[in-house]
Amino acid sequence: MADELKPEELLNQTRQNHQSNPPITSWMDTPTIIRKGMYCYASNPKSVEYLGLPNARKWNPIEDDWKLPDNWQEIIHKGFKERLERFRSIKVFMDICVRCGACADKCHFFIGTGDPKNMPVLRAELIRSIYRNDFTSAGKIFGRLAGARKMTLDVLKEWWYYFFQCSECRRCSVYCPYGIDTAEITILGRELLNLIGLNIDWIATPVANCYRTGNHLGIQPHAFKEMIEFFCEDIEEITELKLEPNFNKKGADILFITPSGDVFADPGTYTCMGYLMLFHYLKEKYGLEVTWSTYASEGGNFGFFTSHETMKRLNSKMYAEAKRLGVKWILGGECGHMWRVIQQYMSTMNGPADFLEVPVSPITGTKFENAKETKMVHIAEFTADLIKHGKLDLNPSRNDKYKITFHDSCNPSRGMGLLEEPRYVINQTCNHFYEMPTNTIREQTFCCGSGSGLNAGENIELRMAGGLPRANAVKYVHEKFGVNMLACICAVDRAALPTLMEYWVPDVGVIGLHELVANALILPGECERTTDLRGEPLSEEEGE
Amino acid sequence: MNLNYLFSLLAVTVLFLVPWVGVDILGKKELFGLIIPYFAVLIFIGGFIHRIIHWAQSPVPFRIPTTCGQGQSLSWIKQNKIDNPSTTMGVILRMILEIVCFRSLFRNIRLEYREGKHISYEWEKWLWLGALAFHWSFFVIIIRHMRFFTEPVPFFIKALEDLDGFLQIGLPGIFISGFVLLAAVLYLFFRRIYIHQVRYISLASDYFPLFLIMAIAISGIIMRYFTKVDIISVKEMTMGLVTFHPVVKEGVHTIVYVHLFLVCVLIAYFPFSKLMHSGGIFMSPTRNLANTTRVKRHINPWNYPVPVHTYEAYESEFREKMKEAGLPVEKE
Amino acid sequence: MQKNKMYDKEKVLAGLTIFVIIVTFPFWYNMGKAAPAPEIKLSDKAKAAKVCVAPKSFMTAEHMQILDVWRESVVRNKKRLYSSLDGKNYNMSLSTGEDSCIGCHVSKADFCDRCHTYASVRPYCWDCHIEPKENK
Repeated sequence: MADELKPEELLNQTRQNHQSNPPITSWMDTPTIIRKGMYCYASNPKSVEYLGLPNARKWNPIEDDWKLPDNWQEIIHKGFKERLERFRSIKVFMDICVRCGACADKCHFFIGTGDPKNMPVLRAELIRSIYRNDFTSAGKIFGRLAGARKMTLDVLKEWWYYFFQCSECRRCSVYCPYGIDTAEITILGRELLNLIGLNIDWIATPVANCYRTGNHLGIQPHAFKEMIEFFCEDIEEITELKLEPNFNKKGADILFITPSGDVFADPGTYTCMGYLMLFHYLKEKYGLEVTWSTYASEGGNFGFFTSHETMKRLNSKMYAEAKRLGVKWILGGECGHMWRVIQQYMSTMNGPADFLEVPVSPITGTKFENAKETKMVHIAEFTADLIKHGKLDLNPSRNDKYKITFHDSCNPSRGMGLLEEPRYVINQTCNHFYEMPTNTIREQTFCCGSGSGLNAGENIELRMAGGLPRANAVKYVHEKFGVNMLACICAVDRAALPTLMEYWVPDVGVIGLHELVANALILPGECERTTDLRGEPLSEEEGE
Repeated sequence: MNLNYLFSLLAVTVLFLVPWVGVDILGKKELFGLIIPYFAVLIFIGGFIHRIIHWAQSPVPFRIPTTCGQGQSLSWIKQNKIDNPSTTMGVILRMILEIVCFRSLFRNIRLEYREGKHISYEWEKWLWLGALAFHWSFFVIIIRHMRFFTEPVPFFIKALEDLDGFLQIGLPGIFISGFVLLAAVLYLFFRRIYIHQVRYISLASDYFPLFLIMAIAISGIIMRYFTKVDIISVKEMTMGLVTFHPVVKEGVHTIVYVHLFLVCVLIAYFPFSKLMHSGGIFMSPTRNLANTTRVKRHINPWNYPVPVHTYEAYESEFREKMKEAGLPVEKE
Repeated sequence: MQKNKMYDKEKVLAGLTIFVIIVTFPFWYNMGKAAPAPEIKLSDKAKAAKVCVAPKSFMTAEHMQILDVWRESVVRNKKRLYSSLDGKNYNMSLSTGEDSCIGCHVSKADFCDRCHTYASVRPYCWDCHIEPKENK
């Protein structure tokens, strides 16, 4: 990270961008320069080919020739038309924006970069201008006066650059008086780009991996099992208990699916250990059988960042595996966009899941009415219910060294409304919890800056800029209350936020909700714990 | 960029002059007083319906409300039933708040880069206030104008007039709504020019309706407070229009024709422009749907089968490795 | 997907129906009602006088302005004499005596109210002045 900007330099650059006037020339006449640090590498042709998606080839975004099919304009036009016919959202959002600008300074990428084309309204105008030219009479007659322009290679490059600078977080949609959702616009833009083979590798390769091995990281079944067993060994060291998780077990009560990121990298791994410990507890105490699957070993769905079709292809595994294993219902781990897909798409795309039962917690008897069709329960709901009924033995003081604040993930907040459950769990498992300012949490929460497949290494400047508003709010509670831990319920958060914190607020760590739960959870027969899941002493003093 | 508003200003100026020429010089009173208004109304109603039906011809394949509060969950967790509705009643309340009170715009805050290292978010309700003032005063004005189109004038129009004129300043008494509209439209215009981000995103088609509405408000104010017109004759003409016995009265001031013509332009332009946001808000899937996708299956009419990687294919590829690792397999 | 099929048809059509009903309000509200413009009944005295304090066309549009000026002149400046353009002098008064507006236009109902009601104008003259008795 040597050649990158220091935090003060990045902040200065952003502030200058905000304070200086935008270019005198119209945005339509301001060419887009694809800048290092702001874009992700092009997709690997092998991944594109494996998925059977169009125009697999090696290409480089900063080269002039993108190796497009000759009739790319026609493909885009046809694809656009088809999607207008399929999605009322797109049709309406193309027509009704009044450009009031309420969304402008709500986007974390605009706040963090100051690039006017990162204003949600302008991001949408990039595509609306083509819509007007191709599909409206006003645009055809009045051209630029009506805000229309022709599709050119420059426009296409601009699309690619800016639709991969949006994390589909929907924050703008909260403030828009008509609910115009830039996530819809970006999804459309990316679908069109995918029609001519313009994707980024940080999305395409995970998608291909997920298709083949069941998870984004391409972990094969035996390795997946080994990795989980490795966590069990770590847990044994801490608790002196031997855990025996189930894999692909037919007839288990519940199938558990979580993002594979948590199997792979810290601090997500500790969250994963948290799940294992919770399930062990429930098995020992209440005889609940939870099984993991290697086939459906991914909760996240990068297909969502490719196209609706790809999303459906990946998501289909969840129900297919639940059916094969004959479980009663599915429990989903902590993840952001995974839950947008489950909440708002899964049952429509791959349902009805009539082979499953309406989820009932066998321990508390609670029927999850809010999941009775999709038959998939969020683990925060599940755990909150267990705690509420006093079914978990908890010792919150084991989390006493943490001063926690909670980062609402975009999708559970704005695509679901899961706000109180994790807070309840935190309050029951920790003694020190502080909220960030109101404008930065719950439905107004800021993205980590790396969502929707943008958590790559090569676009680090974009990520640090996009995460600035989140970091800024964390910094506020860090300075005011001494907050030293940022809790979250999303695997991408756990992958992205540590880098972000290290950059902007170096004294704050990142922790998953179920790591907190497992720290506090007293397992039957465990030894006296001296360390937390990270192998660090339980309190600062003991470590001295 | 500035060409955008210069062009719109020019266009509205020309439109302002057209009826002067048409009526005063060419004497085309029937055209401006009868034919154009009828056409404009037809275009407005027909165009509006056409646009809504055009939108309705695309399905809503997924249920994608933007949830702005706690969702329906465990019985002991308090749901925000309006900002994250799970019932039709909740959706209706959410839509009413959105349409009548501009709920979402009320959330508006402004980003402020402070010297030093903090970003902060400042109170900013001016846009909300300006938008409310604009839309509500426009609405009041439209209702008030119904006195020209109804005989006898219904009580609620009279009541609204009395309310609007309660200040009793000057003669004829001032209607507050007219001045509020003009002030609000000026505010909306100056904020477009003054806030550089908004200026940057503004198109000619954003300035045009503002200038047009400004011109309508100004011509209305001129006619009521300065160049007095014979409103009995005016009402005879307007009543002629709505009872389909159109007449042209002599002695009606040209400013009346200007005012009428500009209104005709506005309503005829309406269905082809961003002004359709008035109909669009009702059709916005992020606002008009309940957040119940996990409770009740939403049907996508074009849901089609997609290629999937089946468990069988997966197991065939990894069977040996799975067996070795002790994972259960379907086929030995 | 079928071409030109409407989705959520019932809701959309219901909404459109409401829209059409609202925007066509003036058309159906007045249906079957004759709405002739009011005819002013001039009193014999007014007919005989032939001219008012200013030409008729001016009076129809601007009479409220004249009354406003008169009020100012009488109440604040104690000046009650009005010289018209054609050189005649009039007593500035709305309703006092023969030599006033009402003195000539004797019936408020026949003269003032007809237009005011038609145009939905409610002047506040009679908030202070005593309404003339109608002698039918």
